[in-house]
Amino acid sequence: MFRRDPIPPGEAVEILLDGQPISARRGDSVAGALLAGGVTRFRDSVVSGAPRAPYCLMGTCFECLMTIDGVANRQACLVTVEPGMRITRQSGAPSLLPEAET
Amino acid sequence: MDQHDITVIGGGLVGSAVALGLAETGLRVLVLDGEDLSRRASRANFGLVWVSGKGLGTPDYARWSFEAARIWPGFARDLEARSGVSLSLDQPGGYSFGLSIGELDGIIAEMTHITEETDGEGAPWRMVSRAELVREIPGIGPDVAGAVHGSADGHLNALRLFHALHRAGAAAGVTYRAHHAVTQIEPSSAGFRLRGDWGQITTPRVVLAAGTETERLAPMVGLAAPLKRSRGQIVVTERVSGRLPFLSAIIRQTDEGSVMIGDSDEGDTDALAGNPEIAALLAARAIRVYPPLARLNMVRSWTGFRVKPRDGIPIYGQSRSCPGAYVVLCHSGVTLAALHARRIAPQIAEGAAQIGPAAFSSERFHVPA
Amino acid sequence: MSAQLPDTAELVIIGAGPAGMAAAIEARAAGAEVMLLDETPAAGGQIWRAVGTAPEARKALLGKEYAAGAALVSDFAACGAHHASGVSVWGVMPDGTGPIHVGVSESGAAGMIETRAVILATGAQERPLPVPGWTLPGVMGAGAAQIALKSGGLLPEGRCVLAGVGPLLYLLADQLLRAGVTPAALVETPSPRRRAALPHLPDFLRTPAFLKGAGLIARVRRRIPVITGAEALEITGESRAEALRYRRAGSWHEIPADLVLLHAGVVPSLNLAVAAGVPTRWNAVLRCFEPETDAAGATDLPGLFIAGDGAGIGGAERALPSGRRAAQAALAQLGREVDPLAAAEAQRQWHRADRGRAFIDRWFAPPPSLLAPQGETIACRCEEVPASAIRDAARLGAPGPNQIKTYLRCGMGPCQGRMCAASVTEIMADESGRDPADLGHLRFRTPVRPLSLAELAQLPAGEAARRAALGDAALPETPLPLPDRSS
Repeated sequence: MFRRDPIPPGEAVEILLDGQPISARRGDSVAGALLAGGVTRFRDSVVSGAPRAPYCLMGTCFECLMTIDGVANRQACLVTVEPGMRITRQSGAPSLLPEAET
Repeated sequence: MDQHDITVIGGGLVGSAVALGLAETGLRVLVLDGEDLSRRASRANFGLVWVSGKGLGTPDYARWSFEAARIWPGFARDLEARSGVSLSLDQPGGYSFGLSIGELDGIIAEMTHITEETDGEGAPWRMVSRAELVREIPGIGPDVAGAVHGSADGHLNALRLFHALHRAGAAAGVTYRAHHAVTQIEPSSAGFRLRGDWGQITTPRVVLAAGTETERLAPMVGLAAPLKRSRGQIVVTERVSGRLPFLSAIIRQTDEGSVMIGDSDEGDTDALAGNPEIAALLAARAIRVYPPLARLNMVRSWTGFRVKPRDGIPIYGQSRSCPGAYVVLCHSGVTLAALHARRIAPQIAEGAAQIGPAAFSSERFHVPA
Repeated sequence: MSAQLPDTAELVIIGAGPAGMAAAIEARAAGAEVMLLDETPAAGGQIWRAVGTAPEARKALLGKEYAAGAALVSDFAACGAHHASGVSVWGVMPDGTGPIHVGVSESGAAGMIETRAVILATGAQERPLPVPGWTLPGVMGAGAAQIALKSGGLLPEGRCVLAGVGPLLYLLADQLLRAGVTPAALVETPSPRRRAALPHLPDFLRTPAFLKGAGLIARVRRRIPVITGAEALEITGESRAEALRYRRAGSWHEIPADLVLLHAGVVPSLNLAVAAGVPTRWNAVLRCFEPETDAAGATDLPGLFIAGDGAGIGGAERALPSGRRAAQAALAQLGREVDPLAAAEAQRQWHRADRGRAFIDRWFAPPPSLLAPQGETIACRCEEVPASAIRDAARLGAPGPNQIKTYLRCGMGPCQGRMCAASVTEIMADESGRDPADLGHLRFRTPVRPLSLAELAQLPAGEAARRAALGDAALPETPLPLPDRSS
């Protein structure tokens, strides 16, 4: 859906989405970095399981909820990338018990 | 307004259950309800069908609650069929946890007392030692000293109960009118004249089920319904997958996956805004009971005003001085909904002098002249 | 709580957009001690998002108005306000005439700040446009695409269609064209108030916005197909957007699209104000609820002020004097002196910036039919409540949106009603024939942002709260048993 403009980019930072490396730029929001990395599905709805992706990118819609560094349901558009950040997609609601998570 | 035989003031869980039961006896029922932002306990309750601990000092209340729990499965099936709304009634039994030996001893003493007062006719319960609890609830917090488990306790989706009662009522012919808060009741030759800023109507008979407003309305028709102010605050988490391995009166998981954490009892405030200090303590207690909850996000918190009779016991009755006027008031709008529809409404329909157990009579508050 | 945040402040400003920054500069000039809280990493708000760090080339393609924000950002940086970025505010809790408590969360730790005055400068959000298929990946707000461009230099890839109504559609199309992206089409819905706009045209013609806007619309129309009069919109696709369909003069047309950018104007961000207890009023022209304030932004709650778009949509230029006026009102309440000349000047600026708004507000008004969906179209995205269920529930005779919420859970998900509150009111209004002003809206409550129970549990609590929450029982003195987050 998105590509980066040709303006010289900032410093590259690598993050992991479901274990796969994605190249981000320092200062990116997690949501922005994933969109630039070609990610279209951010999570599956907790009600029907339908795929969802960011709608507002400003903290309003809560569509970009992801598990970031082990913490579930964080708004990816409000979190700035850090090198090595581990991001996982949530399929349905996050688990009550940590051991049930993969 | 439409032709009707009886008017129920209040469209909450109590009023809607009574209205449905009245309509099922063949009466034409009118429900007068208030505004969207009127104080409504029905939209702010915890969803328990709960027996344990109820009725200390009033064994009829313990028996009445237990009876409600027993008839709930049949009532739920019927209500679901009529409304098309699923209630997710689940009665797995519920725990009351003690976070110290002292607290646990207090719970056990109360339960023992109720059992003695009801001659064993109350709901069965058992003591659960810490060792047993660790086996029954993997992940139970290190601070939990033990618990009592009541076998009749359960819960349901209270929001959908509210929806189902309204829907089934409409299907049974109940006429529901919002924006009709009643501020004045006057006995008249044709029954009762009900007034509000919307105008007035005359009704042959009237049931007061207007929650906290009932206290003000009851004396207009010779009834008494003194209440105790009690604000409750609860905390609700996001939906989570996986089931909470227990039900308790302060922590429950809805069928949709949210965990509800209750609840405060505040007698000194009329404000609606929640108090984050109280939410913090409720959260802390819940985490001590079941530490995995710490990771969940709270997405909502709300406060509600309990419809709490001064002595905690339901208030039912027909007015002696104004026959045809009834009161149905209680704190357990969910638990007792089945009995309000199935027992109380038919008694009102036939004009019984005594409504429900004698101990619940509104006359207990009458001061002898 | 984090070491960065003190637990008291003379004046707290929430939001680092035009209104918040202008308010901070004004209050600092009068000597007040100011703490400005903002959830984004850098000052600028959404309108000037990342302007402090954007490369010159990106500023050039985003246009002069964007680049101009850099000056205010640097004035703000130099004004001496304590700017706490990356802090989310979950509640503003006034206590009658006493202090106001501001609930904050930073890096997973919650805390409270006690202050005597708060200016909410939380701006606007895009008005949700609940059309069939709007929950599919590949459908976003036009404002979201603009934020992606400002903050990360992201440009739409593949076929991109802009749809809806509002000046932002043209502004974004122009910015994309400058960046070398040619949208496949701009599909405009009819505005029902264009006739009502005409009497305000002369005023608008005298503003710089007229020349700028006319040029911009002409440029966009020369370069991409602009389809007007689309009565209905829908997005189709299996697991992501594949096409935008629109109905025009009764027949449906389809434009293949990888990215559909919807827009129907912006509305005040209400959650914090409403949760704090500020009443709202219905603005029939802008078709949205606004918090009740006086001209300077003072609410009925002592010490609580609202500035900028959060008090009523007026755009960035009007937000600047709005921020100054709110700061002046707050300063007066704090017992500090306000220069009467400065007050008069801010008022004059406000009126100058307001000129032409009456025309724009009406000319770009969204059609109500688009805001009150039918059938299976999802109104509440979090709980996936379709419009049909809301209509059905409204027919039971519910007194207002909050009873619908009880019936159906719309507004109970993580966004807490931000994305559906307007639709629930619009659908009820459509179904019942009642005025939105009478129906009201979903009630918002503290916390307006999710907090983990662990965070919440560590907030300090006093003895009265302890009695209310726990009765005679006490909690153990041992540390809370918190599970390991890294598991």
